[in-house]
This record gives sequence, structure tokens and C-alpha cells, in this order.
Amino acid sequence: MSDKKPTPKLDELETGPWPSFVREMKRAAETSPMAEGLLGVVELSYEDRVGHWKHGGVVGVRGYGAGVIGRYSDVPEQFPDVAQFHTMRVNHPAGWFYKTDALRKICDIWERHGSGLTNLHGATGDVILLGTKTEELEPAFEELTENGFDLGGSGSVIRTPSCCVGPARCEWACFDTLALTYDLTRHFQDEIHRPSLPYKFKIKASGCPNDCVAAIARADLSVIGTWRDAIEVDEAALADYVRAGVDVRRDVCDLCPSRCLTWDDKTLTIDNAACARCMHCINVLPKALRPGRERGACLLIGGKAPIVSGAMLSSVLVPFMKIEPPYTELKELIGKILELWADEGKNRERVGEFIQRVGLGSFLEAIGLEPRPEMVKHPRENPYVFYEEYFEEEPK
Amino acid sequence: MRKTDIGPPHYGQFLPPVIQANYGKWRYHEIPRPGVLVHVAESGDRLYTVRAGSPRLLSVQTIREICDLADTYCDGYLRFTSRHNIEFLLTDPAKIEPLVADLAARGFPVGGTGHSISNIVHTQGWIHCHSAATDASGIVKALMDELVGHFTTMALPGKLRVALACCVNMCGAVHCSDIAILGIHRRPPKINQERLPKVCELPTVVASCPTAAIRPTRKDGHDSVEVAEELCMFCGNCFTVCPAMPLNDALNDGVSIWVGGKVSNARSEPAFSKLAIPFLPNNPPRWPEVVEAVTRLVDVWAANARHYERMGEWIERIGWPRFFRMTGIEFTKQHIDDFRHAETTFKRSVHLKG
Repeated sequence: MSDKKPTPKLDELETGPWPSFVREMKRAAETSPMAEGLLGVVELSYEDRVGHWKHGGVVGVRGYGAGVIGRYSDVPEQFPDVAQFHTMRVNHPAGWFYKTDALRKICDIWERHGSGLTNLHGATGDVILLGTKTEELEPAFEELTENGFDLGGSGSVIRTPSCCVGPARCEWACFDTLALTYDLTRHFQDEIHRPSLPYKFKIKASGCPNDCVAAIARADLSVIGTWRDAIEVDEAALADYVRAGVDVRRDVCDLCPSRCLTWDDKTLTIDNAACARCMHCINVLPKALRPGRERGACLLIGGKAPIVSGAMLSSVLVPFMKIEPPYTELKELIGKILELWADEGKNRERVGEFIQRVGLGSFLEAIGLEPRPEMVKHPRENPYVFYEEYFEEEPK
Repeated sequence: MRKTDIGPPHYGQFLPPVIQANYGKWRYHEIPRPGVLVHVAESGDRLYTVRAGSPRLLSVQTIREICDLADTYCDGYLRFTSRHNIEFLLTDPAKIEPLVADLAARGFPVGGTGHSISNIVHTQGWIHCHSAATDASGIVKALMDELVGHFTTMALPGKLRVALACCVNMCGAVHCSDIAILGIHRRPPKINQERLPKVCELPTVVASCPTAAIRPTRKDGHDSVEVAEELCMFCGNCFTVCPAMPLNDALNDGVSIWVGGKVSNARSEPAFSKLAIPFLPNNPPRWPEVVEAVTRLVDVWAANARHYERMGEWIERIGWPRFFRMTGIEFTKQHIDDFRHAETTFKRSVHLKG
């Protein structure tokens, strides 16, 4: 029995200038009954305004506890071809660079073993292979690994680390985001593939404070490039911008958050001690200004979306760290954080929520980091201060 | 021998020769036209990038078509961005024009650079998610059909990052976007009393609720839970640990709109998005209320913000009362926070603008 049914509502989303996901489902449906079934299920959702996927279901590949999301339809009798519609998360190459032969291999594998539908890419960074049956998981995995691709993370694991384009194509990268991401991913394979943590743990690396992978909002551990010395100025290039009509005072100096730039119509003066390293002036004048030479990263901790107790931005953990192979200092720090949180964290408590519960001061003490003024916007305002010990008068 | 734990392929094998030769030695970049970047290396080498929008959901047929383009124009090298765009990497500037024309003929818009709206980061919605309060791809398609002109040009005051998550799990992490479209439930979970004892661990269910709305009880002779409905804020955490407590509901599910968030540190600090519109109905296939509301927000910001001023920076300057007046959005009880640390969002001065 075929799942082919008319899709009048979805058909309306084939028109218009933006590329249509409905066209993608229909293209895949030319060769995949699963994609045809998906069209029917989504059309049904458009009619009755609720989703038709059931919660959960434990499926996976042998030896792994992560990388596959089980998915079952709640209308299997109407759409038997998508009664099972599991997702495989495939660990992407750092920076999402591909040669077409590698992408074509993924396409061939997914045409043989799945719906032929993908996401390039999911929000965590993985290649998402969307929709297959339980019996296809192991053969698909085998072909993926034969061709150099492994699964990514899902559930209570270190999730697939991801990063910005970094030094591959960006003049602002303050460390090698791709090399770090690849190295950490290899180093933590076991923690990515086999759940052993209270909840998910995301690591994202951005090469500069522009934070193109949104590490500060989305990663439990955000590695964001920065520098410690002076912004470099190329006077000739600056003069070119001025000749081309850039209003340095209005568009650069007046928008500097720390007002550390002054422009006297000829010379740009930078008070680097006052600079917040926000990137604005460099963004506006990429030819004339660049981050300093003493480069590294700021490590921040605890970013997350709302579930469970509300959204959090990452906050400063290490104001500056050199990020160079073999990344021993960073790996040891991550190890200490994971060990503490795995021991003391509650089920489904992200590391940021854990820190809220135990206090940042106690957390720092437990992982062996000294408190630093860079970690807070300002010192405490409330006078209820915890002390674990007090003095007693010695008996005379 | 079965291979496991091999990790991802090394990115190095996928970098075009011009990147391998100039890795970490880029000097500066320019945007010669919307959707086209040129990066210039210390060596003088030039790398051109043509950025095209994609619907994120891609069939293998379309990926092969994209590969054909990369083979024809870029020696087979391409990459993707964190916002689902496709980037073709070229060294021959003479090939840019033919590639752009080829992309246009195949229905891929070129843009998303500089002061534009980039592709909308989004989640699975009704295509694949069990907790979706709305669809994702459908709203994005309907909205981008309307806003595509801001993708293919760079005439906006600053960058505009729009994101959509189909429930508060926020797999797309939309909580720090200039404009965030968020699917929300508005009805407490419907407990399936017959299924619950078979599929759920009760202490875990009780512990899962951030507001302690779920309490142990006896139902029909077995241990179960009840929900204090007035405490429920529809987060769905209980559903994630207990499939017998679904929240999906056609009448009460819909979309909320949030504004003024950002992740970049440029100028102002990273910030959360704030509530603009508490609820709009699910109205597939084209969600006209959502498209109208977001388009209005873009228009008002574009007409009033200063050069480089992002949505949140603009609102910060003019003040929230004026934002609500200018956009015509009604300010309601729902706009006042009542969860953790709510009081830190109350106005504690008479610095009242507007």
C-alpha cells in the first residue's frame, strides 16, 4: 500500500521566491516511499494543526547510546511507510567544509538506507539524516563509517562540537577553531557516543567576539577568541576608507561601547587599556584594523536554552587562555567540570543550572579555579554571605 | 572488523588549495555585492564566496544538483554556514557571474551578507518533532517569500538575525535573536492515566516540573500524578520524561514573537530576546498573522534605526514604551516577567523615555 495522497495545503508552499521544503519532499518522494509518506503526515498536520510524531523510542546502533533519534508516527495505519522514521546524526567536518565526492557518498548511502531527506545542517552542527526504519540503522552506520563518517551526539552526552569558519577563511580568527574542534571531538569520542552525563553538554568555538556560531547563547562551554594586546592599525588602509567616504567619527568612534577611539580627521587614537574587544571598529574597517597579535580565547560556561529552569547566557570562566595544541590545559579543565557535574548534577540539570544551584564560588573551588573580577559584572550587592567555617574561642 | 568511534572526517581534506595555502593568513575581506564575499590573503591570493539560501530540508537529489554546481564552478569545494546557507568557494572571479545566474535559474537566492536578513535558523516542527507547538519550515518559507528582498540586498540598518523554534526546548536556540519566532503551548498536559504507569517513572515526572505543579496521587487504584493547572507554564519538560503527558493541542498551540536579542559582542553585549507578541494562532499553510507581524517589526526597525543599530540597540535607545507605540503592539500582563529573577526586569528608576 502506497502512502501517496493529495497535499493541497503543502502545495501552496511550492510557490514564491524562497526555496521550498515541499519541493524537497516531493523530489525525494520520486524515489522514496518514506518521503512520500512524510508528505502525507505533514499535510495531515497542516489540516489539524498538531504534529503526528510520537514521543521517543529507544533505537540505536550497536555499542552506541547516542546519535540516533527514535521516531514513530501516531497515524501508522494511514502512513505505513513512515510508521518508523528515525533520525541519524552524522558528525560533520569542522567548519562544514566539503568536497562534493564526500557529500555524494552521504547522498548515496541515505538513498539506499533512508528517506533521501536531510538537514544541512541541524542546529547543533551535525548532518541530519532524516527518516529511516530500525533495520536500516546498522547497515547505514556501517556504510557511513566505511566512508569516513561517524555518528554525532544525542541525549545526555557531549554533543557534537562545532565551530565558525575560523582561520580557514576569516582574518579575525584568534585561534584555530577547526583544529580545536576536531581535536576535542576525537578526544571525547566516548563521551559523545555513550551517555554518562546528567544532561547534554555542548561545546562551541568561535574565533572572535562576533561569535558566528552563537557559542555564548547555545554552548555549555563557549570558547570565544580574543586578544590581549593592542589593535593593529594600518594607516594607509584607513586613509583609503576615509577617501572612499567612510565617516570614522560617526560609524566607528561614536559607536565604540567603551569610547576608547578618537579621530581628529587624520589620526585614529586607540586607548587599548579601555578597549572592551567588542570587534565593532574592526568589523567596520577590516582592511585597516585587526585584532592584536597576542591571541587566545575567553572561556565561558553555562549557556543554554530555556529547558528546564530558564534560558542562560554563558558567563566568563577563564578570561584568557592560549589555545594551542595539544590543548592540555583546556582538556583538563573540561575533564574536571564533567567529573564534578556528573557526580553532583541532577538528572536533566545543565551545567549552568548546576552552577546556579551550588553557587559559582563553590563551583570554582571544586574545579580548582581562582575567582577573578572578570567573572562578574560587579561584586555582590546582598549582605547574606555564606561562610562554611567560623572561629571558636579556645577554652582557657 | 566493525569500525566505531572514528570521529568526523578531517576538515583538511575538504579545504580548497587556496585555503590550504593561506590558512590563518587572511588579510581582510570585502563584500563586492550582496551574497558575494572576497577574502584577500597576505600573499595576495583571493578567495571568492558565493552565498545562497537553502530551505535546510534538502533531498539527496538537490544536494547532488548543488554538487554539480560546485563541480562546475568551484572544483568541487563548498561549505555550509551555521544558518543553513550554502557557500560556493571560487578562485576565478570570471565564474561568479555564471554561478549566480545558474543559482537564480535553479531557484536559489544569493545574499545573506552584511546588513541583510540571513537565512532563518529553524527547527524540525511538524516534519519530525514530537513536541512541536507549531511547524518550522512552513513559517520560514512563508516569511522568507515576503522578506527575500532583504536577503538579496544589504540596505537594512544592521544585521537582522531571525530564528524560529517550534517549542521552548529551542533546538534552534532562538533566545538571542533580533526577531525570534517561538512555538508555544498554552494548555497543561493531558494525562493518559492508562499509559502513564507503564511508560513513566513517577519520581522523575514529579521532579521534572520547574514550578512543582506535578504532584503524586492515586488514580483508579494505581500510583499516578496530577497537575496543579494554575502552576503550569507549559514548558513540556514533563512530556520529555513521560510520554503519557502530551501538550499538543490544536486550539491552544501557536506562536509568540520575541525581539532585540543578539549573540555578537559588537558594540552592545550579547542579549536575550524579549517578548513582543505573546500569542498568534497557527494558521497553515502560510501563517498570515505571523508573516504580517514579523514584516511590520522589520519595517518599523528598518525605517527608524540608525546605521549599524541592531533591533535591540534601537529599542534600547528609544525605550520600550515607544517601541510598543511605534509598532502598534499592545502591552499586556504577559509581557511582565513572573518567573525566576523576574524583579530584575522591573523598571527601578524614573528614567522613562518617550
